[in-house]
Amino acid sequence: MRRGIAATALVATLALAATACGGDTKDDGGQKAGGELSGTVTWWDTSNDAEKASFQKIAEAFTAKHPKVTVKYVNVPYGDAQNKVKNAFSSGADAPDVIRADVGWVADFASLGYLDEVPADTAKKIDTEFLPQAAASGRFEGKTYAVPQVIDTLGLFYNKKMLADAGVQPPKTLEELKAAATAIKAKTGKTGLYLRGDDSYWFLPFIYGEGGDLVDAKTKTVTVDNAAGVKGFKAARDLVTSGAAVTNATDGWTNMQTAFKSGEVAMMINGPWAVADSYAGDQFKDKSNLGVAPVPAGSAKAGAPQGGHDLAVYAGSKNTAAAHAFVEYMTSQEVQVQSAKDLSLLPTRTAAYEQPDVKSSEMVQFFKPAVDKAVERAWIPENGSLFEPLKVEYTKAVTGASTPEDAAKAAGTEFRKILKGWK
Amino acid sequence: MAADTSRSVAKAADGETTLAARGPSRTTAKNAGSPRGGLRRALATHWYAWTMAAPVVLVLGVIVGWPLVRGIYLSLTNANERNVARTIGVRHIDATYEFVGLDNYTEVLGDPVFWQRLVWTVVWTVACVSLTFVLGLTLATMLNRQFRGRAAYRMALILPWAVPGFVSVFAWRFLFNRDNGILNKVLDGGGISAIPWLDDPTWAKLSVIAVNVWLGIPFMMVALLGGLQSIPGELYEAAEMDGAGPWQRFRHITLPGLRAVSMTVILLSTIWTFNMFPVIFLLTRGGPGDSTEILVTQAFREAFIASPRDFAGSATWGVLILGLLMIFALVYRRSLRKQGEVW
Repeated sequence: MRRGIAATALVATLALAATACGGDTKDDGGQKAGGELSGTVTWWDTSNDAEKASFQKIAEAFTAKHPKVTVKYVNVPYGDAQNKVKNAFSSGADAPDVIRADVGWVADFASLGYLDEVPADTAKKIDTEFLPQAAASGRFEGKTYAVPQVIDTLGLFYNKKMLADAGVQPPKTLEELKAAATAIKAKTGKTGLYLRGDDSYWFLPFIYGEGGDLVDAKTKTVTVDNAAGVKGFKAARDLVTSGAAVTNATDGWTNMQTAFKSGEVAMMINGPWAVADSYAGDQFKDKSNLGVAPVPAGSAKAGAPQGGHDLAVYAGSKNTAAAHAFVEYMTSQEVQVQSAKDLSLLPTRTAAYEQPDVKSSEMVQFFKPAVDKAVERAWIPENGSLFEPLKVEYTKAVTGASTPEDAAKAAGTEFRKILKGWK
Repeated sequence: MAADTSRSVAKAADGETTLAARGPSRTTAKNAGSPRGGLRRALATHWYAWTMAAPVVLVLGVIVGWPLVRGIYLSLTNANERNVARTIGVRHIDATYEFVGLDNYTEVLGDPVFWQRLVWTVVWTVACVSLTFVLGLTLATMLNRQFRGRAAYRMALILPWAVPGFVSVFAWRFLFNRDNGILNKVLDGGGISAIPWLDDPTWAKLSVIAVNVWLGIPFMMVALLGGLQSIPGELYEAAEMDGAGPWQRFRHITLPGLRAVSMTVILLSTIWTFNMFPVIFLLTRGGPGDSTEILVTQAFREAFIASPRDFAGSATWGVLILGLLMIFALVYRRSLRKQGEVW
């Protein structure tokens, strides 16, 4: 068996060496006369530290299907990725062939002409075989530019043991959350909730909870600064001032995961991508200690944003045929089932949810209904860039540097600068 | 040397007669009477200087001049990511941006954000430079005497300079971390509650200044130490004979003796601090909120955070920053000249 792999690898390497010169320069590079794919596919993956090894293994296994294609796996930290991708795409130098794009970036990249359209037959499959809300994120102006890889939303992660010690149930509303936090502090001395103060994505449940949203794309209106928006800022601020939650203005991800994994806080708001990392912590050696509940409801409802990642091919790739084949492979049912099993990430293919490995995953069982109810975001090119000014104001609001009213107003002003001509 | 050359070239350009005497007589005879001949003769005479200077002029032109001109031009247009020329694989998209005159400048200067950033940038620069200078001078004075292990102390104090800036800044970021940072662990041990180093606007401002001062001291110290060692020891001996105390010696010998060095390092340090991107960006990303954002980090934000990227807006910020620094340098130079310092 082992020798078999080595031999295959050797043959693949030799074949690659023999074809490398031709494959790179030709415009139709990657497509050999016989229809066999060859060349190199560079993939920029944005998955986090806990996930990347698994994705690298899956990606490199592509060569089992297409021995003449070499996959070059590059992990780009999510926080810097949007900028790096843009730099690479606009200069064309060392640009990746395939990127893992946050669902909020697809429309942006597509509107700038950076993405290659998905082949017609794949696009048809996306319409019929994928979750409709996931498919929506890959479309821009009627064309399909990206294939959904994973879908996600936010939920309330909780430490079952800590909640049981404090004698509280997983909270369903912000009121219950505060009561639970008080009980936890009284019984265990720990804080109830970690609230990420340095990333505005984590703020969305609060604004949705009050019935608000960032923008209304249909009427081209900025809604972050309306009454519901202000209430959203107030709700988040209130959690910190009441002592129910702790927050940071920097290094939020690390601090949140450290605090949750070590049992310093009992709850956090997070998505399926945090599951693998959380399991690595002391508190969750016994995986069953990790519970997930819907995000706490505000005064209007409980709402979490629909997120996820799509795979897209660079329009300037020299190897589009192989790149598209790679995307198809990475979004295939087997691969999605694999990442659901290893990393608790949610598939985007409807049929994948029938697979035993997916069905038996507790996290998938929780998140699938949550995703179905998640608030679909406005798939506009500016989607990704709204988060930066929102972050500035959200951080000010939760750390008390600004009042919720001022923060909402300032966010609205910044949004209107980005969305020229919107109300 | 350079000044010499240019002076003779200028002379060469303004007339035949002066040159006739200076240049080799053969060429003078041939080209007498034509102004173009004067130029050619100047080139012929100083060809060596021209050849030696050409690479420098060329490189400066390419890496400084062209981007500068281009930046100024961009700031007068509405260029952004959507309308600049770009090549995507085999497809080339032509530029479609337009000239808009001073619109960008009126927009930036009319926005309170610019003035808020400017105020903090000035506070940050003045605080950093004065602290760095005072501490650097103190350390330099302390090290400018014979004592055991002097070399070791000098090494230790110069160390921050040897570590790449971003490494130090990330190290500080770990130290400052409110929940898991060493600083708060130490304070906690001493019974003091955790300080929100990077989470509170005021503390964050103090933190970035502290890190920048820490990074800037070695340069100040080394430069001033060099200056101190060039002050003749006899002056101190003479002053001591005349009964001057330590403070008087420092005030009337050391400070005036360091004048030339300190004026230079203050000017350099001011320009560096004014544009100190990495410390702010890596330590706080301009946060919490936007409280530690200085002009350069804001310019970065304008160019690279929003989509489509606003190249014209960012160029405008860049040109304004350059303008401010040039005004500062001019005023500074003039005030030095008034004090009799030739610079």
